[in-house]
Amino acid sequence: MPNPAGSVSARQKFETVRPGDPRDRGGKAQPLLIVNGLKKFFPVRGGIFNRALGVVRAVDDVSFVILKGETLGVVGESGCGKSTLARLLMNLIPRTAGELIFDGDVVGEEGGISLRELRRNMQMVFQDSYSSLNPRLPVEDSIAYGPRVHGAKRPAARKVARELLEKVGLAPDLFGARYPHELSGGQKQRVNVARALALNPRLLILDEAVSALDKSVEAQVLNLLRYLKRHFNLTYMFISHDLGVVQYISDRVLVMYLGEIVEIGPTGEVCGAPKHPYTQALLASQLSMNPAERVEEAPLTGDPPSPHNPPSGCRFRTRCPYAQDVCAAKPPALGEWTDATSHLAACHMMDPASGHTLAGKAAPRPATNLGGTLASA
Amino acid sequence: MTDFTVNAGNIALAGPSAPAKSRGYLATVLRRLRYDYVTLFFMALIAIIVLIAIFAPLLAQFDPNKTSMIYRLKPIGFKNFLLGTDELGRDMASRLMYGGRVSLVMGIAPVCVAGIIGGLLGVMAGFFGGRLNMMIMRTVDVFYAFPSVLLAVAISGVMGGGMANGLIALTLVFIPPLCRISETATTQVRNLDFVEAARASGASGLSIIVHHILRNVVAPVFIYASSLISVSILLAAGLSFLGLGVEPPTPDWGQMLSNLRQAIYVQPLVCALPGLAIFVTSLSFNFVSDGLRAAMDVKA
Repeated sequence: MPNPAGSVSARQKFETVRPGDPRDRGGKAQPLLIVNGLKKFFPVRGGIFNRALGVVRAVDDVSFVILKGETLGVVGESGCGKSTLARLLMNLIPRTAGELIFDGDVVGEEGGISLRELRRNMQMVFQDSYSSLNPRLPVEDSIAYGPRVHGAKRPAARKVARELLEKVGLAPDLFGARYPHELSGGQKQRVNVARALALNPRLLILDEAVSALDKSVEAQVLNLLRYLKRHFNLTYMFISHDLGVVQYISDRVLVMYLGEIVEIGPTGEVCGAPKHPYTQALLASQLSMNPAERVEEAPLTGDPPSPHNPPSGCRFRTRCPYAQDVCAAKPPALGEWTDATSHLAACHMMDPASGHTLAGKAAPRPATNLGGTLASA
Repeated sequence: MTDFTVNAGNIALAGPSAPAKSRGYLATVLRRLRYDYVTLFFMALIAIIVLIAIFAPLLAQFDPNKTSMIYRLKPIGFKNFLLGTDELGRDMASRLMYGGRVSLVMGIAPVCVAGIIGGLLGVMAGFFGGRLNMMIMRTVDVFYAFPSVLLAVAISGVMGGGMANGLIALTLVFIPPLCRISETATTQVRNLDFVEAARASGASGLSIIVHHILRNVVAPVFIYASSLISVSILLAAGLSFLGLGVEPPTPDWGQMLSNLRQAIYVQPLVCALPGLAIFVTSLSFNFVSDGLRAAMDVKA
């Protein structure tokens, strides 16, 4: 499979998909997770009688797949529905519509995979390393809690916890009995990763897992994640607002805007030749490592519109420099996803039949400093 | 990749504030209390008061209910009466010892029972939220609308005097504030990510409450409850003072204070003794409660 992201990423990918994982059921071609038409509308209530005034479309008709052994990066600005998406996948909040298919089994339906079983296979690392550990529980017990819930005896669960502490680079004898407030942010996040791995999951959802850490610690944890992925044969969904980090760790990237997918494709293509104006703007907003290359003006101005009352047609049109009448008239389609190399963007400029005057022509290049960031990745 | 793990371990080890070995929560609390001499002093005082109350039958020189027409209202140190006698000629020292039994039970038992009931109600209200929260907390609010003294007097007034009714009245008075504390503590942790993470690992609501919520709720409820003991002692004394406590022959600090108040101009020092006992005991509990609050604050 051609992987434009570069040889490092390609090699990593080849190594991760190890044959003969006993947990594998659908085979190599079967995506680990298929997300189909996922929607989450939060009711907005107000007034004297607490009436439903409308809905916030936090996640609106999102469909994508996560392939076995890959790292899917999810980017987007604050409030675009990234974390809601993660919580939906974990079934921590009920979905309004849509279905999830885990390794060929429909989640939560008869004949499919039960919620309990899904949670064994799918775990999540939260952003806030402080609040995601019980302050009154030694970290070893926090890690051992998952196996205990799933019926492991206390010594067995403790053994798992100590092994995992070792794996995430914390000496069990030194750190096992500590309370979260006795650990640094990076150490806490390592514990969180260990806790997520305690049930031996296949898919790890990392919701801004490194965003709260400072840069040097962030790099350590990122390297740890890459090591663990190989070691435990994991698949990652890596949610972040930091494009640089996503570029570094992901095989494919999914760009979200206002609850919808605007672009999805291999990391190298999405970051090297972004199709959607929003992705272009995101990339242009990245700061360069080179102080001579300054970003003089903001590539994107204003705040995203309210998901309570999104714009008609294309949701990005209110901030898009190329918006035309057609963009307000009808929403652009993302197109048909076929395989890992598919690079799709929900933009009328991608569709020659849409009536957009720039359609079919070469997409306007973003004013970016991409060369530097890609090289550093 | 092995050297990577080692590397990471080294980084972790290099942390400047890393203590050699982490202690358990209880050990940390005890270690802090060891150097808090004020709290230790008042703890000792409480221990002495409690021991005196427990061993009153052994320590008392006289029968606390034996009256004497000759030795009425004698001063402190009169003959064998170490602390004088009351208006019916009963030995004050013996009565204070026996009275401590009633007062301490009335002080501690309602708070303990209310702590458990109110604590659990609060955890349920806070964790499950929604309708259940509305039902529990609004009921609690109704009780909150009355001043606690008035509420205690009203409840025992309706049910009649006696120790059992007094205990029930005081328990009912203390359930609302403890329920509120526990509900607040629960809602504070309920929405934190670690509860979400526990749910994500497939845990049931009950398991989350037992393993994650209660641990975070017990300390604040305990600390607040300990500060209520002195209030309870005072309230119990107040009830007895108003004749709503224990039945008359049985000694009780509040009741003794009430009976002796007519003699305040005859023997002021003797009359002040039950008040002093109430004051010292409730002050001790207050200081210990303060000390516990400081020692149990896990992030200090």
